Amino acid sequence: MPSIAAKSVPFSLGALADPLVGHEPVDLRGATRERLLGQLERMILIRRAEEHVADLVTSGEARCPCHLAIGQEACAVGVAAGFRSGDRAFGAHRSHGHYLALGGDVDAMFAEILGKATGCSGGMGGSMHLVAPERGLLGTVPIVSTTIPMAVGAGLAAKLEGSEALAVSFFGDGATEEGGFHEAMNLAATLKLPVIFACENNLFSSHLHISLRQPTDCVARYALAHRVEYEVLDGNDVCAVSEATLRAAARARAKEGPTFLELVTYRWRGHVGPSEDTDVGVKRGEELVHWKQRDPIRRLREPMIAAGMVTQAQADELDAAAVARVTQAVARARSAPYPAAQVVERYLYASGRHEH
Amino acid sequence: MSTKTVSRSYGVAIRDGFAYLLRTYPEVFVIGQGLWSPWYVGNSMTDLDTEFGRERVIDSPVSEMACTGAAVGAAIAGRRPIVVHPRMDFMILATDQIVTQAAKWSSMFAGKVSAPVVIRGIINRGGEQGAQHSQALHAWFAHVPGLRVVMPATPLDARDLLVSASVCGDPVLYIDDRWLYERTGDLPSNPDEDAIFSGPAVRVAGEDVTLVGAGYSAYLVEQAAAELGKEGISAEAIDLRVVNPLDIGPVVESVQRTGRLVVVDGGWTTCGLAGEVIASVVERLEPDSLRTAPRRITLQDVPAPTSGPLEARYYPTVSRVVQVTRQALEAAPRGT
Repeated sequence: MPSIAAKSVPFSLGALADPLVGHEPVDLRGATRERLLGQLERMILIRRAEEHVADLVTSGEARCPCHLAIGQEACAVGVAAGFRSGDRAFGAHRSHGHYLALGGDVDAMFAEILGKATGCSGGMGGSMHLVAPERGLLGTVPIVSTTIPMAVGAGLAAKLEGSEALAVSFFGDGATEEGGFHEAMNLAATLKLPVIFACENNLFSSHLHISLRQPTDCVARYALAHRVEYEVLDGNDVCAVSEATLRAAARARAKEGPTFLELVTYRWRGHVGPSEDTDVGVKRGEELVHWKQRDPIRRLREPMIAAGMVTQAQADELDAAAVARVTQAVARARSAPYPAAQVVERYLYASGRHEH
Repeated sequence: MSTKTVSRSYGVAIRDGFAYLLRTYPEVFVIGQGLWSPWYVGNSMTDLDTEFGRERVIDSPVSEMACTGAAVGAAIAGRRPIVVHPRMDFMILATDQIVTQAAKWSSMFAGKVSAPVVIRGIINRGGEQGAQHSQALHAWFAHVPGLRVVMPATPLDARDLLVSASVCGDPVLYIDDRWLYERTGDLPSNPDEDAIFSGPAVRVAGEDVTLVGAGYSAYLVEQAAAELGKEGISAEAIDLRVVNPLDIGPVVESVQRTGRLVVVDGGWTTCGLAGEVIASVVERLEPDSLRTAPRRITLQDVPAPTSGPLEARYYPTVSRVVQVTRQALEAAPRGT
């Protein structure tokens, strides 16, 4: 068993926010080899993809703002475990991981980041506006909290359709300081909508630590206030996140209402861009070193090797394959064309009626 | 298609539009405050909840942002929602969802996803309601690319601009005005689902001067043209109907004939609709084709006062339009 609680009272994160603990391998909880292998592979892909994005920013090739979620891969991949075809999700500014976890195309992501016509948003969005409608990801945008009510609306759409689909809202702890978050939680609870609020609490919003923004560090207390079911858990434990999401999804599909998941995690890079240590005026030093000991990928890989689900050599192969895939995607993005000049008007109206 | 007509007030025509959409399109739903007891939207939504069910006609918490956001999200997810703000002043709380989300979604994602949502914002002013219950902010929203903004002035448009707004597939801000709710007219029993694309309407044809307005101001210029006609002045009254995208062509064509332009708007002067119309016309005309300087009749750039006598002076009226138009006609030709 991990030494930190999987669920705690929603007024303090306690050990969940203490990077000196929680370094040990995750409890595989009887999950199938197939699922775990897929999740390990996906987390490695996200890690390697974001490292390449960081390099593209450093080299100046990627010029749009890129917000990296390195260190938070288990949140995206764990939540994706509860996601089915027909479900919908909305993300935010730090959503490369959400996009890739839900199966978004790697080539299209890199092309989008480089502003190319083959990008997932046709080169009109950049890193902060990713979309993969074929995988249920209906959009990611950087206005903090704004997609939370939209996800509630997607839950309302599912209810009106009479389907078993659910909606996932990915956001961070900073978004819980916005009014729209509270309105959305209240609306989802009142209408009993099939929504999973997946809040990655990485303790920082831009440069400011949560202790300087909120009176306590545990944002699940808002779920209690809105009478939304909640779980507070180690967001760097992909098995814990998967199990909690599957419970939340079962509730949603049974029309029992929304669930709030507080996934406690930490981003290894700065708020925006590739810097590791000092970013937007904040030097995290020792704290970052300790948080890296809670690496969600290592903590999954080790018990899988111990359980004989994968060999060290196979794990290394997954890593090499991810690097190769990402390298290929970068090369394809580089050689892809930029969008034609007329696209700025072409998509103004989805109806295509531009007669004036 | 039936050519039968029905007589309707503007308010009831809006309700007809809702009923047509809810009856015809299963993906349409309505959300907003007060919809199960619609006492502050006149007769424009009476009993829609009992006729179409409270699953699809949703009375909401006091949450403009979340309800508009939910409508935008549901639209992106494939529904055709209409979100109702019984007073436009409160709709400002949802501006992010309208301006920064719905209007941009298609462009930002290269048309792969979009937000075909209708946002209804009602202009509800007068009656000593004061500065925060009186705003007409169509010019703000018309500034935003990607957001269609419509302002029905007639019962026919009250119904058909609502219907076509929902059908068209783009985000649309539908702005109706409580001062028009008792206006009556005859309309064909079948709505025109393309009404939003049919451009400005010449309500009164004339040769001496071009009067332009939208929404309630279009009604003012239509009445003013009738008054002026009694004095032997032939005024053309144009109803813009849609203020974004603004189709200025018919106004330009009219001013080329009349040589005179008076624009009426129930919004403020600075960066307003009237200024935009005048600029758009003038930049398309030869410098010598205007006989007199264009004029605009707008709100003074101050918040709406509360006290009755102050309020009476604040809003444009038919008599003021008539008076200013007379002055335009009496003015010495330009350059003399």
